[in-house]
Amino acid sequence: MPAAALPLPLTFGLGGAAAVLFLLLAVTGALLLVVYEPSPERAHGTVVRLVDEIPFGALVRNAHHWAANGLVLVSGLHLLRVFYRGGHLPPRKGNWFVGVALFVLVIGCAFTGYLLPWDQLAFWAVTIATGMLEYVPLAGGALLRAARGGAEVGPATLARFFVLHVAILPTTLLLLLALHFWLVRKVGGVILPAGVGDRASPRGPLVPTSPHLTQREWAAALVVLAGVMTMAALWNAPLLAQANPGLSPNPAKAPWYFMGLQELLVHLHPAFGAVVAPLLGLGLLLALPALSGGEPPTGRWFGSPRGARHALLAALAGAVLTLVAVVVNEPLRRGKPWLPALPPAVRGGLVPLAALLALLGLVAWLSRRRGATRQEAVQAAFTFALASFVVLTLVGVLLRGPGMALVLP
Amino acid sequence: MSLPPSIEPAVPGRRDFLGMAGKALGILAAAELLAVVVAYLAPGKGGAGRGAGLVVAGPVGEFTPASVRAFPAGQFYLVRLADGGFLALSSKCTHLGCTVPWNEKQRNFPCPCHASTFDERGDVLSPPATRALDLFPVVIEGGIVKVDTSRRIARARFEPGQVAYL
Repeated sequence: MPAAALPLPLTFGLGGAAAVLFLLLAVTGALLLVVYEPSPERAHGTVVRLVDEIPFGALVRNAHHWAANGLVLVSGLHLLRVFYRGGHLPPRKGNWFVGVALFVLVIGCAFTGYLLPWDQLAFWAVTIATGMLEYVPLAGGALLRAARGGAEVGPATLARFFVLHVAILPTTLLLLLALHFWLVRKVGGVILPAGVGDRASPRGPLVPTSPHLTQREWAAALVVLAGVMTMAALWNAPLLAQANPGLSPNPAKAPWYFMGLQELLVHLHPAFGAVVAPLLGLGLLLALPALSGGEPPTGRWFGSPRGARHALLAALAGAVLTLVAVVVNEPLRRGKPWLPALPPAVRGGLVPLAALLALLGLVAWLSRRRGATRQEAVQAAFTFALASFVVLTLVGVLLRGPGMALVLP
Repeated sequence: MSLPPSIEPAVPGRRDFLGMAGKALGILAAAELLAVVVAYLAPGKGGAGRGAGLVVAGPVGEFTPASVRAFPAGQFYLVRLADGGFLALSSKCTHLGCTVPWNEKQRNFPCPCHASTFDERGDVLSPPATRALDLFPVVIEGGIVKVDTSRRIARARFEPGQVAYL
């Protein structure tokens, strides 16, 4: 393997860390399966018994919880690392799509697992998230009933989420993971900065993979394992009272990786917050290679120092504008609707969305005018959207109190 | 040497026909499979038999005008408007299905999940909810108020015809 692929700041070992977390989740998940029973009557009780009576039960559950949260975070960061170093461009374009699919599967695994304890947190998060399906045009009602197995979240929902969580999603994930690794190998390893080699050996000097890479991966795996087990020993995974369909907790918050979306749902018309915005986000991720034109990647972080500068400015602009928009909209959305002549879907959906797309276009255009390459301009616009989503997530997690009113943390 | 063009049949030959028929059958089989899976996963509305969801709320006199009483088991609020009319409001937010509490001080239903609010007639006071709280039919028989929770009525907004009077 190329010696140039070894330094940590090239990848931060994020892909490897994600793989370690996946294995840890498989092992702890298998242990949890021995105790857990997937029925509304028994589920919560078996989790309580696991925590209170089974030796190391709480530790195993905590490890599963923190590894799951870690996997969402790490695979998200891994996706960003690949993007910001041009790993989504040819010849790695195909693997970018596999990676996006894997990320969606990771979110799916985390979310289906969220329901299984059948506590108040689980019940209401899943009620809200499956409720979003109702706003899909035409097929909404049928999709909702298919996801829940009835009109309400109940025993059929638990059965569906259980089989997705322990069988269908992990198997699919494992198969795609194999493809993901194989495609990395096939292209000759991770993306390297341009100019590491010469004409004779374009990838620079080579070193034996073992021990150079394997020892590093072992060390990284142990660090990840130690991190998760330390967190599991220190902090318990939350477990609220058994699900009560008659009482929503106040505030009822989704898991943190969905809080950006929940914050969006407070501000936008539901068809746009629940359906259009998530699909656009996914579409943007999938469109990134095509949007960037045909330039070959430089393999450097952010393409070039200029690319990094533009991305930073775009991130600041996106973060500030989003925060201002959230604060300004807070009294507005409680008062009389502005432009009452417009239908709510246009006023609360189409107009803000068009404004966002216009802003993204503006960011890319400005970046291009200041001498950025097309890829760097796309990167700046994406960073603007990313910063906006991160701020929405932070607002949702930190600044929303009872009644989803804005409060100081 | 090339074959004279007359060998090539003018109309699709047997092979083309069988090929197309095979594809059509394949599409049909895939559609059937999809329909079976959808039907398996999306059961019909089911619906309990008549009277199964009937909740006896109590005698009319128990409910003072301009009051709201919660029936957590039936998942509805029985509202008596100031003019004496009754409304049974579903406690399920029409936005994404959270249970809305009644706030006596501000006289509204604030949703804890996405901050929609509804007035005592169920009308939307502030978005993101787009339609009024669902209704259940109220029947007043012999001075007793009954609510049929098996029949959920979706509505866009409050209309006077929805109120049940003595």
